[in-house]
Amino acid sequence: MSQADLVVRRAALAQAPQDYVDLFVAKGRVLGVFPSGSQAAPEGAKVVEAEGLLLLPSLTDVHVHLREPGQEWKETIATGLAAAAKGGFGSVMCMANTDPVNDQAPITETMLDKAARSHPRGPRLYPVGALTMGLEGKILAPMEELKTAGCKAFSNDGRPVSDSELFRRALEYASDLGVPVIDHCEDPWLAPATGINEGVVSARLGLRGNPDISEAIQAARDCLLAEYLNVPVHLAHISSKRSVDVIRAAKAKGAPVTAETCPHYLILTEEACEGYNTNAKVNPPLRTGEDRQALLAALEDGTIDALATDHAPHAAHEKETPFDEAPNGISGLETALSVTWELAARGELSVEALIRAWCQRPAEIFGLPLNRFQPGDPADFILFDPNARWKVTPQALLSKGKNTPLLGRELTGVVKALYVAGKHVS
Amino acid sequence: MTWPHKDLLDVTQLSRADALEILRAAKSFQEINSRPVKKVPILKGKSVILFFAEPSTRTKTSFDVAGKRLSADTFSLAKSGSSLVKGESLKDTVLTLQAMKPDGIVMRHNMSGAAQFIAERLDCAVINAGDGWHAHPTQALLDAFTLTERWGGLEGKTVLILGDVAHSRVARSNVHLLRLLGANVRLCGPRTLMPHAVKSWNVPVFNDLDEAVRGVDAVMCLRLQLERQQAGLLPDVREYSRRYCMNMPRLAKAAKNCVVLHPGPINRGWEIASDMADAPESLILDQVSSGVDVRMALLHLYLTRKERKE
Repeated sequence: MSQADLVVRRAALAQAPQDYVDLFVAKGRVLGVFPSGSQAAPEGAKVVEAEGLLLLPSLTDVHVHLREPGQEWKETIATGLAAAAKGGFGSVMCMANTDPVNDQAPITETMLDKAARSHPRGPRLYPVGALTMGLEGKILAPMEELKTAGCKAFSNDGRPVSDSELFRRALEYASDLGVPVIDHCEDPWLAPATGINEGVVSARLGLRGNPDISEAIQAARDCLLAEYLNVPVHLAHISSKRSVDVIRAAKAKGAPVTAETCPHYLILTEEACEGYNTNAKVNPPLRTGEDRQALLAALEDGTIDALATDHAPHAAHEKETPFDEAPNGISGLETALSVTWELAARGELSVEALIRAWCQRPAEIFGLPLNRFQPGDPADFILFDPNARWKVTPQALLSKGKNTPLLGRELTGVVKALYVAGKHVS
Repeated sequence: MTWPHKDLLDVTQLSRADALEILRAAKSFQEINSRPVKKVPILKGKSVILFFAEPSTRTKTSFDVAGKRLSADTFSLAKSGSSLVKGESLKDTVLTLQAMKPDGIVMRHNMSGAAQFIAERLDCAVINAGDGWHAHPTQALLDAFTLTERWGGLEGKTVLILGDVAHSRVARSNVHLLRLLGANVRLCGPRTLMPHAVKSWNVPVFNDLDEAVRGVDAVMCLRLQLERQQAGLLPDVREYSRRYCMNMPRLAKAAKNCVVLHPGPINRGWEIASDMADAPESLILDQVSSGVDVRMALLHLYLTRKERKE
């Protein structure tokens, strides 16, 4: 291991925390992982002592909103990436619903330039280009131009394409370029994005609810299109059991469908909206306990491939309004690993499923750097203290978005260090 | 008794004893309202802002009359005359109002939860005069008072709430309060106008009015808004009225001495037949009178709460 320039000593792999290992890194890539002490660290290599910490691949978040350009009071690329780093994310994909919309190369290039200047060591930023111009659902965006500029996927997230013919053509066109399409599944005719589930709580609070079928119906359409065209479709932030059932059936038939869900659907239910809590207002909305259980099971068996935060920062004053007026969205980058780790610690989710959903599958689906700790893999990793506790307060969050229903909660698990390509980021 | 609540946001905050106390107080104010000179100095020096961000005739006037009869100074503010139309947030508007040191703010707003939102941010008493589809506690209390006046109590009586339940703050508050006071409640209306999760309310739901009305002691009609037709929830008003208009033949199927209520404003011929609205069984105008009695009681209880504590 003489060529190693970085050695992390006495860490533990998450799947086998009883055994200490040493990680050897050279020129940003993994050289190998060995039983601790079995290989000597070369002279001149930087040595990081990591006893008591878990060694995990850095996380990949395929669904964040960084708000820049256009809404910098909510978040900037600089603050968003700082939050991502704190959360343990080595790669993030930012959605196209900026202002102006990311539907032309200069916007993509500006995003990448801002990321490179504010966070030269990472996290890596991968913009998602608009699927249609202005996200208006009328004309296809110039996908080749966007791909060349650096976009890794296309999506109309937030303004789903309800025109099935247009969506079909978008899938076909994107498939020519080999770039995946992400769909926000929501039939806008069935219910507008009210931010609360249609159910017991909405009926009591007198709020119009969003029924789970609005998601499942469009998920079914997308699954059928994926199967018919044999073109991959990635379904964003799945929230309900009904959608899980649709996806499971489609996968069983061999449809090239992948899907993600978010930590908030795994730890909260519609009851978080009690008291008109606008920090729990999110689209798709928080659902029921039954939905939550179905999502956990789907993550475990791989029906849901990936976890993503759908990090949606908003300024405090925007959420400090009556429920109907508040924007949808939860700030999630910094709490994501803690809350999902707690699910694993409670036995509701296996560590294997958690790593698969945060690290492996998102990288595979979108062709992003993937670290399996095999020689030659990018040295994107985190050192994680699974026992450290921290309290979610506005001051504790680096994101400008303090809008999380977890405010005030004590969480377990802290990312002590993030490395991207062998370089210490935070 | 000392009044335990700073705000009246919904009847769900009230215990049965609280509700009965309000009805008792309303009875005492009813006597004042029958005098030749209907003014007492109970709230002299107190000021109440009537902030109605949504149109209202009877609730706003009723609070205004109630406040003035108790010698409070009442000030009216409509959304159209407020800085809300200039883009000011609700928070900033109500903080501005509070800075003028009112003793209470009575607010109507088109958004559910708006009353709770301002109550959490203001020190003065907040009385919800209707928020979105959520709650209309003073309407429920005046309905309960009206029925109590007629029956002596609600225990064991059956009340049918008829019409657009899904979008009705009156229905939500009444379902709770009527049951709290011992009545049985039924709901009736087309499925398109029922909350999807109405089962969780644990009351019988009917879509056939002729069946629903059998044996009931009171029918509480709800107002139908024309937007429901535009939103695709109803074919047309004529068909609605065929199925759900409360009329004399239907009244005949109810219990003897059944009464009919409506929170107003009424659409004659849609929700209630014209002759039904004017019949002796109609308590619509009694409700309006009760409204003043109940709102006097509420202003008294909520605006003198601190003095009572001391």
